[in-house]
Amino acid sequence: MLASLNARAALLSLVIFFGFLLAWHIGVQGTKAVADMDPEYARLMGVTATQGKSAMPGPLDVGAQIWKHLNEPFYDRGPNDKGIGIQLAYSLGRVLLGYFLAVMLALPLGFLIGMSPLMSRAFDPFIQVMKPISPLAWMPLALYTIKDSNISAIFVIFICSVWPMLINTAFGVSAVRKEWLNVARTLEVPPLRKAFTIILPAAAPTIVTGMRISIGIAWLVIVAAEMLVGGTGIGYFVWNEWNNLSITNVIVAILVIGLMGMILDQTLAAVGRKLTYPE
Amino acid sequence: MTNKFISVEGIARRYPKPGGGKTTIFEDLWFSMNKGEFSCIIGHSGCGKTTVLNNLAGLELPEDGVAVVDGQAIEGPSLDRAVIFQSHALLPWRSVLGNVAYAVSSRWRDWSREQVNAHAMKFIEKVGLKGSEHKKPAELSGGMKQRVGIARALSIEPKILLMDEPFSALDALTRGALQEEVRRILLETGQTAFMITHDVDEAIFLADRIVLMTNGPEAMIAEIVENPLPRDRRRIDIHKSADYYPVRNHLMDFLVSRSKTFKDEIPAGYDKRHPPVVRPCAEPPSTPGETRRKVA
Ligand SMILES: Nc1ncnc2c1ncn2[C@@H]1O[C@H](COP(=O)(O)OP(=O)(O)OP(=O)(O)O)[C@@H](O)[C@H]1O
Ligand SMILES: [Mg+2]
Repeated sequence: MLASLNARAALLSLVIFFGFLLAWHIGVQGTKAVADMDPEYARLMGVTATQGKSAMPGPLDVGAQIWKHLNEPFYDRGPNDKGIGIQLAYSLGRVLLGYFLAVMLALPLGFLIGMSPLMSRAFDPFIQVMKPISPLAWMPLALYTIKDSNISAIFVIFICSVWPMLINTAFGVSAVRKEWLNVARTLEVPPLRKAFTIILPAAAPTIVTGMRISIGIAWLVIVAAEMLVGGTGIGYFVWNEWNNLSITNVIVAILVIGLMGMILDQTLAAVGRKLTYPE
Repeated sequence: MTNKFISVEGIARRYPKPGGGKTTIFEDLWFSMNKGEFSCIIGHSGCGKTTVLNNLAGLELPEDGVAVVDGQAIEGPSLDRAVIFQSHALLPWRSVLGNVAYAVSSRWRDWSREQVNAHAMKFIEKVGLKGSEHKKPAELSGGMKQRVGIARALSIEPKILLMDEPFSALDALTRGALQEEVRRILLETGQTAFMITHDVDEAIFLADRIVLMTNGPEAMIAEIVENPLPRDRRRIDIHKSADYYPVRNHLMDFLVSRSKTFKDEIPAGYDKRHPPVVRPCAEPPSTPGETRRKVA
C-alpha cells in the first residue's frame, strides 16, 4: 500500500513477464512420449513427433541461445555465420549514417521552409507527394542507379527519415512566437544570431519530436531493407535464420531489434526532455 | 515637422474586416514628446495604444504618416528604443539572468561574459529579483515576469523607454517601489519615456504629460494633459498636492464619459495636428471658477 506507483508498476510488469514466460513454456510442452511407436520410425521423426513436442522453441531454449550470443556476440565465421553483435552493428551503422545525412539536409532546409512563406508553398506539393511513399519502393531505383546494395540501404534510410524531420523543423520554425522574434528585433539581433539564439531553442522541442519519429521509422525500415538486399545486418540475420529454420535465433533477433529500437527512441526522448521548456 | 524629440505625424492603422472592407483603428493621429519627458497614454482597452507603441518601437510601420525620432523617420526597431512588452515576452528557455544578459550582450557585443552578467545583475537587483536570477520564467509569478521585462529594458540603457502596462500585474507595494525606482532612473539618466497605463494615479505620479486617447474604432487624441504636480513629487504624498484632485478628476472624467462622447461633440477649434494641451490645476486665486486652463 505504501509502495510508490513506480514500484507497484514494476512489480506488475514482472508478474506479467513471468506469467507470459510460464504460458509460453507450457504452450510449447509436448504431451507424453508416444509409447507404442516403432523406435526406428520415432528416431527418424525426431522429438516433435515422438513426444508431441512443439517445433516452437520454449523460453528456456531462447534463454540458452541468448546466453550463447552474449558470450560470443562478435564472432565471424564467413558470410553466413556472424555474431549477432556484428549484425546489429552493421544495421546500426547504416541507420545512423542515413539518419545523419537526413539531419544534415532536413534541418537547414526545414529552417528555410519555416522562415519563408514562399519556400513553404513552393516545397509543399513535393513534400506531400514524397512523404507517403513507402521507403522500400525506392529500393529498386536505388539499386539500379547506385549499384551498391549497402549504399542503397543507406539511401532508403535517408529518404524515410528526412520527411518527419523536415516537416517538423519547418513547422517548429514557422510557429516561433512573434513576441520572441520581436524581442530579437528590438535588440537588433543579427539574423544568424537570431536563428541560433531564438528560433532554434524555440523550435527545438518540435524538431526533436520529428527526429524521434524519424529514428523510429528508420529502425523499422532497416530490417525490411536488409531482408531485401541481404549480406549483413540484423534484418539479413533474421532472414538467414529463417532459412536455417532456426526459430530460436529468429526470436532472439526480434528481441534484439526491439531493445535497440527502444534505446534509440529513448535517447532522443531524453534529448527532447532536456530541450523542452515550460511556458 | 515639429522640433519635438519624438513626433507622431498622421499615422494610421487599419485591419481588414471579416466581412470585407476595413476597420480603422485610428488614422491621422498626431502628438509629440519632448526629450527627457515622461508621457503616458491612457484610453480604453482596444483603442489602439499598443499599436501606437509598436509604431514608436518600429515593430510595425504605420500605413500612412510617419513617426519621427530625433528628426529621423522610424524605419524599424532600434536598441535606442527599448520595449517593455505587455505580454512580458521573456524567453522561456533562459533564466532570469539569461534573459537580461541576452539583451545586455546584444547591446554591447564585445563585452565579456562576466561584464555582461555583472551589468545584468545590477538591473535584476534594481527590480528586486536578486536571489531569483537562476529561475526560469515558468517558475515566476506574473509580477516577477513583468519585473524581468523591466530589468531587461532598463539594462540596455536606451534613449527611449517604451512601456506597455509595465506595472499592471504587480501588488500595490511592489508597484509603488518599482514606479519610484523607474522614475528615479529616468530622471537620473534623462531618458525619454512613453508608457501605456490604465491606472490614473500611476499616470499622475510618473507622467509629465498624459495623452488621452478616445475609444476605438477611429480613435483620436482628445487632448494632452500637462501634469501640474511639482517635478520633485513623491509618490506617497501626491494626493496632498492641491492640484492632485483637479487633474485626477479631469482624467477620470475623460475615461468615464468623454472618451466615448468626444467624437460626437468635437470642441470648436479642435485641430488633429495640434491636440489641445490642458493643465488642470487647483483654482488659482486670480481666476475663480476656472479649473481647466488652456496653455497652448
Ligand atoms: N491582427 C489583428 N487583426 C484585427 N484586428 C486587430 C489585430 N490586432 C489588433 N487588432 C485590433 O486593433 C485594436 C487595437 O489593438 P491594441 O492592442 O493596440 O489595443 P490596446 O489599446 O493596446 O488595448 P489594451 O489596453 O487592451 O492592451 C483592437 O481593437 C484590436 O481588436
Ligand atoms: Mg495593449
